Amino acid sequence: MAIKVHGSPVSPAAKRVLLSLAEKQLDYEFVLVDLATGQQKKQPFLSLNPFGQVPGFEDGDLKLFESRAITRYIAHAYADKGTPLISEDPKKMAIIGVWMEVESQRFDAAGQKLSFEILVKPMKGLTTDDAAVEQLQGQLAAVLDVYEARLGKSKYLGGEEFSLADLHHVPIIANLMKTKVKAVFDARPAVSAWAAALLARPAWLKINAA
Amino acid sequence: MVVKVYGATYAACPQRVMACLFELGFQFDLIKIDLQSGEQKQPQNLLRQPFGQVPSIEDGDFKLFESRAIIRYYSAKSASQGGTNLLGETLEDRALVDQWMEVKVNNYNPMIYTMVLQLVVLPQQGQVGDMELVRDCKGKLEKVLDVYEERLSKSKYLGGERFTIADLTHLPNTRFLMEEGGMEDLIKRRKNLHNWWLDISSRPSWLKVMDLPK
Repeated sequence: MAIKVHGSPVSPAAKRVLLSLAEKQLDYEFVLVDLATGQQKKQPFLSLNPFGQVPGFEDGDLKLFESRAITRYIAHAYADKGTPLISEDPKKMAIIGVWMEVESQRFDAAGQKLSFEILVKPMKGLTTDDAAVEQLQGQLAAVLDVYEARLGKSKYLGGEEFSLADLHHVPIIANLMKTKVKAVFDARPAVSAWAAALLARPAWLKINAA
Repeated sequence: MVVKVYGATYAACPQRVMACLFELGFQFDLIKIDLQSGEQKQPQNLLRQPFGQVPSIEDGDFKLFESRAIIRYYSAKSASQGGTNLLGETLEDRALVDQWMEVKVNNYNPMIYTMVLQLVVLPQQGQVGDMELVRDCKGKLEKVLDVYEERLSKSKYLGGERFTIADLTHLPNTRFLMEEGGMEDLIKRRKNLHNWWLDISSRPSWLKVMDLPK
């Protein structure tokens, strides 16, 4: 099979890639990388991602790492398949690009750390840092205030259509909804409705059913 | 139409945008936002950038924020008009450029930000920086730079054989690392990385940014 994703089903970054493949209705082979034994830090995985992180990606001879570079590639290379995830119009694409940066720089900064503190640390036998959780929740709340204003004017973050700007959020939102951080989303009606719509997308349900 | 860039000449993210506009030959006016007095958090600027930061741009009616979104937009505009191409020719070239843009954000920036906070910002506020944390960051950054060194031993620039936004995006933070950060040894000890830095930091576009009055 031409498309291969090397990763772990618990990795939000890997899920970001799987979700974009599902939205595009593309076939792929999923190659499991065992994070528990540190397989991602060893060869042969390191030749796919020298930083030793999942996911890694192959499409024929092309090898990529960094989930958001992979999703961009999928969105462009398979633009004519499945759900459009980008725009051909330069100005519309630029606006989508703005909110892709916001997700990567601001949402993920708080969201990914919250997911790690509350969900991942206990699994590793570590203690959640409650002070850090408080601080990160505050940080996330400030970001979601901006989202609330944006989503009051625009159906999706990048514009009137679903795009990578929304898709990139889904794995971390799904994680946070299993925790007390759900309250931060619920307190903001436009954000809450948007998050619910994302998690109800058939492509997301499909990759989680496997 | 001359693009308006809202920011400051000494701040990294506006520098990234200005370097790119110089590279592409798009004229701009810099409208100074007084970061020391917190002008970026004032209502006027919040309309341009809802997170209260710089830069933002206005190009006629078109407005954008986030430096990387801005440089992608202008790079796409230039390439589509047959001008300078800082993105890459093929889909695969562009994917590699995107990959190294992401590496910068996810693997390089977090260390730099922590070090800026501890070495520059906290002391400016009369607090003591956490040197243990700085040492820890430096250690992590060494490993990241080893990966860059390996990459640059196989390819002249990060995205391939041509200078692209993947290289340009590194200019402001790397300059910080080598100057205020006092860690030029991290770069100089790595032959390919050092040659790459000398190359990209001597580009006319970057020298113009460095020459802008503070």
